[in-house]
Amino acid sequence: MEPLIKVENLGKKYVLSHKRPERYVALRDVLSNKVKSIFRPKDNTFHPTEEFWALNDISFDVNPGDRVGIIGRNGAGKSTLLKILSRITEPTKGRVTIDGRVSSLLEVGTGFHPELTGRENIFLNGSILGMGRKEIEAKFDEIVAFAEVEKFLDTPVKRYSSGMYVRLAFAVAAHLEPEILIVDEVLAVGDSAFQKKCLGKMEEVSGQGRTILFVSHNMQAVQTLCNKGILLHKGNLIHSGPMHSVLEKYLEAHASADSSYEIPLPKNIADISGYAYKLQIEDINSNSVSEVPMGEHWQVRIFFNITKATPHFVIALGVSTMFDMPLQTTWSAPKDLETGEYEVVFKNSDIIYTEGQYKLVVGLSSEKRVMQYTEGAGLITISDVSAVANDERIINTKSGLLINQMETIITKK
Amino acid sequence: MSYRIVIEPGAKSKNYWKDLWAYRGLFYFLAWRDVLVRYKQAAIGIGWSVIRPLLTIAAMWFIGALFNSKVPDGVPRVLLVSAATLPWTFFSTAFSEASNSLIANSNLLSKVYFPRLIVPVSTIMVCLIDFFISFILLALLMVVYRYVPDWRILLMPLFLLLAVVTALGTGLLIAALNVKYRDFRYIVSFIVQFGLYASPVAFSSEDVYHKLAQLGQAGMVLKVIYSLNPVVGVIDGFRWSILGSNVSIYMPGFLCSIAISFFFLFLGVWYFRRTERAFADVI
Repeated sequence: MEPLIKVENLGKKYVLSHKRPERYVALRDVLSNKVKSIFRPKDNTFHPTEEFWALNDISFDVNPGDRVGIIGRNGAGKSTLLKILSRITEPTKGRVTIDGRVSSLLEVGTGFHPELTGRENIFLNGSILGMGRKEIEAKFDEIVAFAEVEKFLDTPVKRYSSGMYVRLAFAVAAHLEPEILIVDEVLAVGDSAFQKKCLGKMEEVSGQGRTILFVSHNMQAVQTLCNKGILLHKGNLIHSGPMHSVLEKYLEAHASADSSYEIPLPKNIADISGYAYKLQIEDINSNSVSEVPMGEHWQVRIFFNITKATPHFVIALGVSTMFDMPLQTTWSAPKDLETGEYEVVFKNSDIIYTEGQYKLVVGLSSEKRVMQYTEGAGLITISDVSAVANDERIINTKSGLLINQMETIITKK
Repeated sequence: MSYRIVIEPGAKSKNYWKDLWAYRGLFYFLAWRDVLVRYKQAAIGIGWSVIRPLLTIAAMWFIGALFNSKVPDGVPRVLLVSAATLPWTFFSTAFSEASNSLIANSNLLSKVYFPRLIVPVSTIMVCLIDFFISFILLALLMVVYRYVPDWRILLMPLFLLLAVVTALGTGLLIAALNVKYRDFRYIVSFIVQFGLYASPVAFSSEDVYHKLAQLGQAGMVLKVIYSLNPVVGVIDGFRWSILGSNVSIYMPGFLCSIAISFFFLFLGVWYFRRTERAFADVI
């Protein structure tokens, strides 16, 4: 099959200048520097610049109908890649060939003007995104219905609530019908109900065989939406292929197992009467471990410091997936604590998680007011070296996150 | 497949002019947006398109009268000044709006692809609408003074086109420079201020050439410099077409001025096209 998008050895270089903190160059500086350099022709330290490859030698193909998720940490070059593909910026080297009409959605509501009404902005935004006037007219009612702003069509959008604004903006974008759709992080906005609606719309779009390139930090969304993935790290392509293999690589590269974790101190430490500072993963005999075999009991020990007498103190431990889906939260019984060093142990003895890594969340509160709340305070790794994990049902099926078996009774009637 | 895009460093896009045509809808909507926004929250609204040239006409009339500049026979001073104020107002607003247009739309430039030429060109459309509104003012003045234009008025659109060419050429050049070197915005306001006095708004070109001729050698040099001002050609053309046979044109100066206008258009488009690919990186 002929690839729809062919990216060959793509690179983008930025030159960083360490001299000027200003956002733009002033001609006066250029002129005065030129004049100065007449007198100091060999002064090379005058303009300390640094080359920075935001993208380096990237090659991949996208076939028609592929839904490609582009993942990587901040600064991996995801946005630069999308900007090149949507022709906003030009590459420094390499070549991209695209066979089809591209629409890119790098921001929700690009070009929205606050003074204009909802109706006017639909037309304006639609045309900015590449829709023709007739196309917008044909989809107008659908867009309005999707955004749920019927009553406010003739109100300037500056009077909209932020939710309405985002809904309207996404609604316009969602009704684009290009052959290739490029989307950047748009789902990071709006309330969760609307995010779900957007995801649904995107799934619907991808179901129509449209090609989608999607950048997001929301691994859950990437996982459900995309069948192929590209993993970038510091401008280099680490891995590309089926989504699940790319996600595995991502987790491998980003989570290293440890037995104890320093919990970052909260910023408002002066205002609170206590804080947790260390977390330790242990087996049932209180030996610290970096991995827990699947099915074995484990416990988490958290060290915390009470600096002022704290009434009605509660400490909580949460477990969530690497994609930030909460699985379980456990609260300690409320207790009045006086100043001093403390530790708490959360023992897990009945729930068996499947092999993989889980994020731990730590929360402290006093009289139901949050004192400290840290997501990703630590990681727990469940390994597949155990009797439970060798059960062939678990090896051969996607049995789920929880391994515990329900009680099952078969009776003959 | 029919639609193929190749993205390469420094590649001249073969589809550029085709793209420009494909994006004409956006061009229309951007102009429409500017018009809507301009009149949305303004108390006098459309009145501004009349008040501004009216006040300029009054001031220029006063200055011309003060210095007792020569008025061609049979032409009221007010009409002489008005026929120049209209194109001047158009040029100065179109030039400054186009120069600032890229900066004003920087969020668009960094988030969406479209041929960048659309932005400055669409701002000029808005200025054209202003021009047509203020043109009604001139028509009224001509009725009041019972001044009947002759066949030359039919050529006025040509000079309006010349005004567009002049504003677009210089505007594109400054707009592209403005993206990288922000101090060009000071140059814009300077050109607009200075240009009002360096162009024949309060007085006629005929008068200028006449007075410069009396200065001998220095006058010759000033005459050449004066003809290099592209707005001189625009204004002289307007006066000639509106006021008819009472006004004569000094041909060498007029042609020189037109040549400069087109020179700026080519320079502006060339520089704009050369730098536009990097706009999103530096803006």
